[in-house]
Amino acid sequence: MRIALFATCLADAMFPEAAKATVLVLERLGHEVVFPAGQTCCGQMHVNTGYLDEALPLVRRHVEVFEDYEIAVAPSGSCVGSVRHQHAMVARRAGDARLAERAEAVASRTYELSELLVDVLGVTDVGAHYPHRVTYHPTCHSLRMLRVGDKPLQLLRAVRGIDLVELPQADVCCGFGGTFAVKNADTSTAMLADKMANILTTKAEVCTAGDSSCLMHIGGGLSRLRTGVRTVHLAEILASTESSQVGTRVGTASTESGPDGTRVGTASVASDASGTAATTVAVSS
Amino acid sequence: MPVHAPAGVGHLRGTQSFPDAARGALADTQLRRNLGGATATIRAKRQAVVDEVDDWEQLREAGSALKADVMARLPELLVQLEENVTARGGVVHWARDAAEANRLVVDLVRATGVDEVVKVKSMATQEIGLNEALEAAGIAAWETDLAELIVQLGHDTPSHILVPAIHRNRAEIREIFLREMPDVDPDLTDEPRVLAMAARAHLRRVFLRAKVGISGANFAVADTGTLSVVESEGNGRMCLTLPETLITVMGIEKLVPTWQDLEVFLQLLPRSSTGERMNPYTSTWTGVTPGDGPQTVHLVLIDNGRTAVLADEVGRSALHCIRCSACLNVCPVYERAGGHAYGSVYPGPIGAVLTPLMTGTTGHDDPNASLPYASSLCGACFDACPVRINIPELLVHLRAKGVDAERGGIPSGQDLAMKAAGWAMGSPGKFALAERAAGLSRVLGRGSSLPWPASMWTGARDLPAPPTETFRQWWARERG
Repeated sequence: MRIALFATCLADAMFPEAAKATVLVLERLGHEVVFPAGQTCCGQMHVNTGYLDEALPLVRRHVEVFEDYEIAVAPSGSCVGSVRHQHAMVARRAGDARLAERAEAVASRTYELSELLVDVLGVTDVGAHYPHRVTYHPTCHSLRMLRVGDKPLQLLRAVRGIDLVELPQADVCCGFGGTFAVKNADTSTAMLADKMANILTTKAEVCTAGDSSCLMHIGGGLSRLRTGVRTVHLAEILASTESSQVGTRVGTASTESGPDGTRVGTASVASDASGTAATTVAVSS
Repeated sequence: MPVHAPAGVGHLRGTQSFPDAARGALADTQLRRNLGGATATIRAKRQAVVDEVDDWEQLREAGSALKADVMARLPELLVQLEENVTARGGVVHWARDAAEANRLVVDLVRATGVDEVVKVKSMATQEIGLNEALEAAGIAAWETDLAELIVQLGHDTPSHILVPAIHRNRAEIREIFLREMPDVDPDLTDEPRVLAMAARAHLRRVFLRAKVGISGANFAVADTGTLSVVESEGNGRMCLTLPETLITVMGIEKLVPTWQDLEVFLQLLPRSSTGERMNPYTSTWTGVTPGDGPQTVHLVLIDNGRTAVLADEVGRSALHCIRCSACLNVCPVYERAGGHAYGSVYPGPIGAVLTPLMTGTTGHDDPNASLPYASSLCGACFDACPVRINIPELLVHLRAKGVDAERGGIPSGQDLAMKAAGWAMGSPGKFALAERAAGLSRVLGRGSSLPWPASMWTGARDLPAPPTETFRQWWARERG
């Protein structure tokens, strides 16, 4: 099958591993992946912050770029949720009924990765190997906007070598919520603290999810607390095989104390499957 | 123009924005423990009894459809209610807003010649600040719901729709009783049963001497003129049956068209609110029954901003709310920030939409303008709502209304950020340029504490370093 990848702006700019892993999994299953170059962002941040007029050009662009493809996939429940539940609303509110119809058509052919694999392609075992203790956080938009249910868990259970452990209070929001994390930083942090405490009780090495945004929030918190627990996108785990190292490396930054007590931030930027050398950035603050 | 609830009367607006008010609540570890424990217990109870009902989703659909019908026919149904209440010997009064409602009730109480009333727990009277208005008129209003009594004796304000004293634990309640209750046993313990017995003895004296009762209403049946209160303790029924005069204050949206419609709501409400299959006491009364119960019955119908909510095509579904508080109990924001942070008698997710819709907002400095942002849009509230109010959709709608209302003025930092992001996302070329700029920040250095507004993020979390190569670049190199 020919599948259009909607990489999402966040994965493109900040978490390319998640988008790359999506490509690798689908190619391994024998599908052709195309990356429509005109894509940018679904506009969810604008919509959720109340800037619906500003979201309209982004919706129009998304529709124009993706309406020529029979099927599209994104490694993000949140962005697919926006495409499915917000695009037509934005168009209709702007009085563009035709664009709303086209947006609905695109939405009906756009899937989050676990939906595509399980519902459309009928696969739960993608041939992954990931010998780590992993806990899964079902992100709110995957869970409640898309109703992905246990599809990500079906996929994870089929991964060889994995030690999958249940996350207590898994369905409670991690506190990210886009601009919520900035506008209500204190409440967001309190929610994050409880999410992290639950993750730590699982003794997992890795917390995974289907959204880079939530993982950025959770991973940033885990890193600050120097827990040694990493966040890895679900796609990276599914792309990982015995011969590849995809998804087994550090995906988020960590901080530790420098020799003189100053805080040092380190970020290991992982190598990809094609073998780019790992890079380490170390910056004093 | 729709008329919003007036400022300066009642309890629909706090003095601080949500983030500022939440900061205090978050620092109160006792409060967070009390709230976390109580909401977790109610959540589990609710889920268990909801799971028992095979047709729960159909019931929710029915509740939603009935409420949509009520909103579509509100004027005619209200007139029908008035006719039927009047025909059965009741007196109906109409109040545009909180001030008018308070004046009406004060005058009705004064006409009876008494200087005290007993009260059934009621959100409507909390909303309009009736107790304060009565006090100003020299009339004592005794709350008889146990939790409302605790709040009243504690000189406190409610922080939850159903459990107004949810922010208090039993040790704190014991202290309040010892301090405020005349004739209380000085050896009072903090056992729930002992505390309840002390309240019972205290309230019994009040019930037996009261000549006037004041209630709200959970439902009013238009085609029979019947009013209804559902409760758990029986104290409400004492107030509804013992006094000579009963005054009911009710929001105009609380209607159901027919008696049969109660069937749907009396299943949805108790399971959603207290996690019970059926609430222990359901009282219904229709006008006056000679020789039985209050012989003078008044119904005060209040608008207080409700027609403004009704005028908002998207927002009007907030009026479907049956005040069950299920959305509060599942909300991770409410659980941590507490009810007082919302500044209104309607806290939690439903309050975050209902309150600003009722009051309107006067610009971004209005504390109520911060309420639609007091959510991570996680959607747990929508799933829990027994009448399927799409609260996340309403929150986004209100955010958009706020943004649109400020257009044309001096752009805020947020406006500029959104415009910049919109510009960058305008084309893949510009986006790639912005990505390279983000990569540049990597070269320039990345600290664990960045200046404002990024400091709001780095206060508690590390920012990941931008990758060496964007996905777009990788694709061009590997697959392009």
